[in-house]
Amino acid sequence: MNPSEPLSPNNQSEGTVAAGPDKVPGHSRRVFLFKLSLLLNGAVGAVLAVPIVGYLLGPALKKGSSYNSWINVGALSDFPEGETRLVNFRNPTTTSWDGQTGDIPCWVRRISGNSFQVFAINCAHLGCPVRWFAQSKLFMCPCHGGAYYEDGSRASGPPERGLFEYEHRVVAGNLMISAGKMPTLAAGNCSKPKLTQIEPSSAATAANAHDVKPDEDSHPRNS
Amino acid sequence: MASLKERGIDVYNWFERRLGLGTPAIEAAEHEVPSSTSSWWYVFGSAATVILVLQVMTGILLALVYAPTASHAWSSLEFLDHNVTLGWFLRAMHGWGSDFMIAIVLIHMAQVFLFGAYKFPRELTWIVGVFLLLLTLGMAFTGQVLRFDQDAYWGLGIGASIVSRVPLVGGPLVDLMLGGPIIGGPTLSRFFALHVFVIPGLLIGLVGLHLLMVLRLGINEWPMPGRLVNKKTYVQEYHKLTEDTGIPFVPDAAWKDAVFAAVIMLAIMACALWFGPFGPTGQPDPTIIQTAPKPDFAFLWIYAVLAYLPPSLETPVLFIAPVIGIGAMLLLPLLSGEGEKHWSRRPVAVLMVAVIAVTLGAFTRLGTYTPWSPIMNAWSSDAIPESYLKDRTPLEREGAIVLQNKQCRNCHSIGGAGGLRGPALDSIASRMTEDQIIRQVLQGGGNMPAYGNALNPSETTALVHFLRTLRGGNLTPAIDASRKMVLNSEQPPAQTPEGH
Repeated sequence: MNPSEPLSPNNQSEGTVAAGPDKVPGHSRRVFLFKLSLLLNGAVGAVLAVPIVGYLLGPALKKGSSYNSWINVGALSDFPEGETRLVNFRNPTTTSWDGQTGDIPCWVRRISGNSFQVFAINCAHLGCPVRWFAQSKLFMCPCHGGAYYEDGSRASGPPERGLFEYEHRVVAGNLMISAGKMPTLAAGNCSKPKLTQIEPSSAATAANAHDVKPDEDSHPRNS
Repeated sequence: MASLKERGIDVYNWFERRLGLGTPAIEAAEHEVPSSTSSWWYVFGSAATVILVLQVMTGILLALVYAPTASHAWSSLEFLDHNVTLGWFLRAMHGWGSDFMIAIVLIHMAQVFLFGAYKFPRELTWIVGVFLLLLTLGMAFTGQVLRFDQDAYWGLGIGASIVSRVPLVGGPLVDLMLGGPIIGGPTLSRFFALHVFVIPGLLIGLVGLHLLMVLRLGINEWPMPGRLVNKKTYVQEYHKLTEDTGIPFVPDAAWKDAVFAAVIMLAIMACALWFGPFGPTGQPDPTIIQTAPKPDFAFLWIYAVLAYLPPSLETPVLFIAPVIGIGAMLLLPLLSGEGEKHWSRRPVAVLMVAVIAVTLGAFTRLGTYTPWSPIMNAWSSDAIPESYLKDRTPLEREGAIVLQNKQCRNCHSIGGAGGLRGPALDSIASRMTEDQIIRQVLQGGGNMPAYGNALNPSETTALVHFLRTLRGGNLTPAIDASRKMVLNSEQPPAQTPEGH
């Protein structure tokens, strides 16, 4: 800022104010005390900032995987082999004022036997809800036209990768999935590669899954 | 009566002696401005301020009823629309007010840019104005979230997906944005706090600063070609101009501001009355997936850009382009603070405004009908035109059924109905040979998924036979010249489509 005329009167007035205290003894002491009080308030502010920043960053400091827990999404008999079905579950972490937003849908594909794939509803592009079309064996996204094959791998459109998958296991005839966090490109729970075909717990299911695999696994998954 | 008037003056003086606000306020209102600034081009800033006041007022009135919780926000909007007297009108005013505010702010910005008003000594006024634009857009986005419906829910999902792409800190940023693991109660609460406290507070404070600077530095004079801004002489020249041609802002120049503000208010009211409030669309229930989420008008162009960017460029463009764009706007007055103000001597500036306006307009237009999106129910709602089935063989008609059942229509239109993601199929056989069609269907490519796993051989045969009849009236079918030579010389057995 160049010193234009509005500034100069202020400078003069400061000068006259500054001339005053010199007449009274103890000016330098008061200036020192004032600076000390500024320092004190700075320290108080820094202390106060700790709880404020901690409160604000609270949601980000929690580990992503700590939100996840195992949820029963239905008996095996609910999922016919070779079909992909929409299943809704209540998110394990909710507040009582979440209302309908706590109900999360996902796509469950039963390849055969105990071999499953559980896809997140959110398109890997920008999170819109993908819809399954059994006739053309495609998931299509209504937002920007992303399309995925039946095994969740990217078919076309703007997504950079295949659909997000939930970790899952079969316990006592029920399908359990590990869910709790909205899947995004950054969410830890969804970036684990190859959850499905490697996971089967018993040797029997592994063998079972192996039988079906050859033509299903022809598309490399880039998750 | 005279005594009443005197009593009134006494009361005023009582307050004025203690407050001391009246005299400076009157002085500010009556300050001299160059007579050339009493123009219909200088009314947009004041109109934007008036709309801000309208938004604050209608916003407070809506907050009397609105329930900012994820479980009840949507039903409280329905309640506002249907059960509260004139609640629908207040919602409509607030919604249309926001669209008008964005439009007026953008027009104001373009006018200020074309008139060179950002040049010395008003650089900081422009920079504050850039932040005001960003805050206005922030109000629009957070306001769209508070209209807690399907579009808001999935809009938050889009926002979170964009944020998740930030390198290194994407995950924590998503958590900060959502306030929890999913879009839910805490998400709406924090957007409520942003929309009602944080952003309006900043907005009102910065508008005050913006106005203060306009008063302190004087309104930009009407630019004249060849009258260059020089930091050494500008202030003197401006003061001389004001002395020579000065008129009091109130009332000589302000009447145009007042008339325009009234016209804008009437326009907002007319839109509110005629078109009514925005939404809410369906309930914010993620299990209802039969939805095609769309952002509000101001963000349609971003929605369109995100559809057209190649996947590999998307993340870089998402984070580098805004930095460049906003950085350029902030640096503009610092880099080009002197020189010519008149638009006729600044062709690049005029060209930039034109290109940006056309670009935003074109992308917004595309965003209104989203040609990149599959139409999810086209396959079950749009019938194949009768003429395309007349005099066709049973196999070809079977192929039409395959085309319908395999959702081809979601992306391809026939007879003007269907999706626009892929090319229209009405004349496909005049552009592609049979072999090319088979290859495209089975292997996909160029934005089309491969249907090799979804079609059995007989379905493929039927489909291709039907597609071969689509020649846009009666154009000649596309042929492969080399094929003809091979056929003539060898006369091989008939080709089957499963050869690929």
